[in-house]
Amino acid sequence: MPPTLMAERAAAPAAGTPILSVRGLKTYFRADDGVVRAVDGVSFDVRAGRTLGIVGESGCGKSITARSILGIVDRPGKIEAGEVWLTPGGGTGAPIDLAKLASDSAEMRAIRGKEIALVFQEPMSSFSHYYTVGNQIMEAIRLHSDATKQQAHARAVELLRLVGVPKPERRVDEYPFQLSGGLRQRVMIAMALACDPHVLIADEPTTALDVTTQAQILDLMRELQAKRALALILITHDMGVIAEMADDVVVMYLGRVVERGPVDAIFHDPKHPYTQALLRSIPSIMATPRTKLATISGSIPHPLNRPTGCPFHPRCPDFKPGVCDKAEPATTVIDDRREVACFLYGGGA
Amino acid sequence: MISFFVRRLLLAILTMWVVSVLSYVIIQLPPGDFVDTYISQQSASGSTVSAAEAQSLRELYGLDQPVWIQYGKWITRILTGDFGESMEWRQPVKDVIGDRLWFTVLISVAALLVTWGLALPIGIYSAVRQYSFGDYAFTLIGFVGLAVPNFLLALIIMYLSFRYLGANAGGLFSAEFELAPWSWAKLWDLIKHLPLPSVILALGGTAQLIRIMRANLLDELRRPYVVTARAKGLPERWVVLKYPVRAALNPFASTVAYLFPYLVSGSVIISIVLSLPTVGPLLVRSLISQDMFLAGTIVLLLGVLTVIGTFISDLVLMWVDPRIRHQMD
Ligand SMILES: Nc1ncnc2c1ncn2[C@@H]1O[C@H](COP(=O)(O)OP(=O)(O)OP(=O)(O)O)[C@@H](O)[C@H]1O
Ligand code: SF4
Ligand SMILES: [Mg+2]
Repeated sequence: MPPTLMAERAAAPAAGTPILSVRGLKTYFRADDGVVRAVDGVSFDVRAGRTLGIVGESGCGKSITARSILGIVDRPGKIEAGEVWLTPGGGTGAPIDLAKLASDSAEMRAIRGKEIALVFQEPMSSFSHYYTVGNQIMEAIRLHSDATKQQAHARAVELLRLVGVPKPERRVDEYPFQLSGGLRQRVMIAMALACDPHVLIADEPTTALDVTTQAQILDLMRELQAKRALALILITHDMGVIAEMADDVVVMYLGRVVERGPVDAIFHDPKHPYTQALLRSIPSIMATPRTKLATISGSIPHPLNRPTGCPFHPRCPDFKPGVCDKAEPATTVIDDRREVACFLYGGGA
Repeated sequence: MISFFVRRLLLAILTMWVVSVLSYVIIQLPPGDFVDTYISQQSASGSTVSAAEAQSLRELYGLDQPVWIQYGKWITRILTGDFGESMEWRQPVKDVIGDRLWFTVLISVAALLVTWGLALPIGIYSAVRQYSFGDYAFTLIGFVGLAVPNFLLALIIMYLSFRYLGANAGGLFSAEFELAPWSWAKLWDLIKHLPLPSVILALGGTAQLIRIMRANLLDELRRPYVVTARAKGLPERWVVLKYPVRAALNPFASTVAYLFPYLVSGSVIISIVLSLPTVGPLLVRSLISQDMFLAGTIVLLLGVLTVIGTFISDLVLMWVDPRIRHQMD
């Protein structure tokens, strides 16, 4: 049976159905010179038809979080603790804890690309230049379905048309290096959608693109999400993209979630000093041109040289000596969608 | 595409011409000529060569003329398929070389295949299982292979096979087939004798190529497209073989070009040690006796073969890399 196109998905899950729940996820890199706690206790939920934005500075563990979900962390990285509950079939199947599956197991491979797909930052280097884009799209289709070569080819063309690639019949036989950056990212999205996944993780999908193309790609993703009730995890370090796309936001710092909440709350009432600093650092339309953007003071500590206590304390303007550098603040639940990890809001043990 | 071929072909022809000039010049470089060597050989064995005789010999081979005229005559004759006469053997160069050229090619190509056949899987294994016991073991063996000269290895193997198997590991044929006309039995005999010299010849290059393959693949394994492939749900073996290995093959293919001359020159010493009927030993002898036409022809033919090898490796490269193919359009 040829796979159905997303536009005609038989039973799109109702928006808001929980699809993926990450709980206390820890992924460490253990090397001779120490342990990098790339992801250090991350929890969040992703729902059908909704977008979860994950934001944070470079190196805070966003990409490793995404890879941990799919079980494709490079050695020596390893999931040390936590659970990744996926409800397959768009919320209809029996929940599976992906963190328990071996990374090269058939069960895990059946999830990758089929239930959860990935779109990357670098459309150039994320494609192999030795195969046509059609070949690379068809491969995923044929892997997860019993489509024939002709059916897979037809579907690849259809997918390319869906993501707005002009002349898809011709483009399908071209090599990635023959496409522009924007087209390449569209093809990348087409490839991710090839097997009609319910969860799409987009790891900085627009960072490498110019502003106009960036807006087009974001529009495309929103459109596709609406059509197929996609649960979208959007990873970015751009608060502007978060404001435009996300329903819920996770703010990460050094592998930990420092604040979590609905996008309005995060923007209008940021609790954590780090979130506040991130918001101050985005250019506002109201700001006078050429005034210097506020940047977060200090630099991100080296991952092997984590500060004691609250990881943000060396850079925090609200730092309370004797408290913040002594213990790590626990997560304070503000309401069922909101949490913050900071001593200003409790956070005592 | 076509223009690329034509350009490559013209370049190849130009290279062959340069090779022919160089080979002639290099052979002329040592002081004296064939007649001088001949005279000193004769006097060493007691007989003398008269001045008139020497002069007539020089005229016979045109040695009294300026170098460029000698070259001109030589190359014109070669273009008509006449390689001239070996001074030392007093026979047409063609007959002296005989099958030796093809045996040289045969052994070199066999060695090349062995090199690839060993280096490719071992290189992939070493990269995918970096720092494993197997990786270290192959690295060690590889370095030993690099450090031990081919001829020493050949001698050791000859000794061992003579000592323990009572067999003579040298030569390309068993005694009964040496002078026999071609037959299936003779061919089979040849095939049976081929592995040993090819493996010995291949070892140095294999060690080198394993290092190259391992380094390339380690590089490629870290690229984002590998993560893309994994994220699609492909089995790890498929991921590795289809994507990074394919990319790492690229520099691998271009090694044909430099491996071939390396094998041919390497085969000289091996051939002497294993008494293989290749052009190697013949070349050495003709250089010592300054038998210009023989030496010149051998150097020229080897040069031409190398140029052809390079041309083939260009084609292979084009075939494996779509970017090169498309750049040319
Ligand atoms: N192979 C590895 N070995 C050791 N440490 C690693 C490895 N890969 C990632 N890390 C560490 O994991 C941490 C998180 O990396 P990650 O790629 O998730 O950051 P990120 O938030 O995606 O940053 P960016 O915005 O730059 O993409 C970093 O401190 C990095 O040094
Ligand atoms: S716990 Fe202390 S140092 Fe950390 S963010 Fe809160 S106030 Fe700043
Ligand atoms: Mg990243």
